Amino acid sequence: MRACKKADDWMHFWDALGQLRNGDEMSNEDATPPSAEPELSSRESLITQDMHERKGIWAGERLSPPISESDIRKWAIATYWPERPPPIYWDADYAKTTRYEGIIAPPDFNPFAWPIERAHPHLRALGARRGGARTRGMNGGQTDTYGVPMRPGDIIRSRTRLRNWEEREGRLGLTLYTYTETEWTNQQSELVRRRISTGIRYRV
Amino acid sequence: MTFNVYFEDVRVGDEIPPWSRKTDFMNWNRYAAVNDEFVPFHMDDEAGRAAKNEQGAFGMGNLRYAYLVNALRDWIGDEAEIRELGCQYRAINQKHDVLTVTGKVTRKEILEGEHRVHLETNVVNQRGEATCPGHAIVVLPTRDPSAPGSREADRAMRDG
Repeated sequence: MRACKKADDWMHFWDALGQLRNGDEMSNEDATPPSAEPELSSRESLITQDMHERKGIWAGERLSPPISESDIRKWAIATYWPERPPPIYWDADYAKTTRYEGIIAPPDFNPFAWPIERAHPHLRALGARRGGARTRGMNGGQTDTYGVPMRPGDIIRSRTRLRNWEEREGRLGLTLYTYTETEWTNQQSELVRRRISTGIRYRV
Repeated sequence: MTFNVYFEDVRVGDEIPPWSRKTDFMNWNRYAAVNDEFVPFHMDDEAGRAAKNEQGAFGMGNLRYAYLVNALRDWIGDEAEIRELGCQYRAINQKHDVLTVTGKVTRKEILEGEHRVHLETNVVNQRGEATCPGHAIVVLPTRDPSAPGSREADRAMRDG
């Protein structure tokens, strides 16, 4: 196994946009493809006053529509394609015999897909950085911690905050890594998922 | 499926069964449909090339994340739990790539009454490129019937 570095920058850019299509985690205010030869950055910090003001403050709260059995089934079929997904995701009779006593959703299920409102106002709350030098953004990945599973009928509440950041010199110059936390809870206020997303920004 | 593997049966260094998919529009379009992820460069070769990927359209990072979830689920069974999963996206999923999820046990622990197994994970393509390095924590059942989290304890709690 070997690491593939050839297309790293493009991939991060594309996947950052992919995340946005989920209505999640990153701002695309200035997401543009990185140039082949990025300019040398100055040592001036990319951390803005806006980041200090928003650090740790929950924002971008929204509610999902009720989760349906059919949405779960279709999600499982799509992500297991062309194989048959496990019955816990689609067979109610089988699911009743399990410790969950009913159908559950795959952990990666997105209950916020297909919003009526296409311009996500919560994205304003998710922007990792406003003001300061012009930067390009990439998706540095994510870590999810899962609590209780999502089930048919659940309504998921989401909120987000800028948790912390670090700045260090990288191959793209001075690079800002921001860590954004998104918390999902169900109608019983039980934790469903906590995602820490890593945003990567560098000067253009 | 229920439980496939017990905590006591897992050893550090064990590898999970490889989980593979050959990916193209049949997978990507279905994922776009359920996740509302209709980004042109995931759906159209011309748009992919316009986005500087010479081979055209390419797959979604989120779908690779789903493959990691599914590989873990198929290994542990549908009553065990995935507690944590993280990854970084390091390479493009090109059309017709065969992606294989890999996982290797790095640590075992009993924490907060849960029998947890830690793994390093990845999604590797047919060229051996590591496209999505990451880690996972799964919670497995135990063969100790008196332990919290055992099937027996779980059923006793459920049945009152």
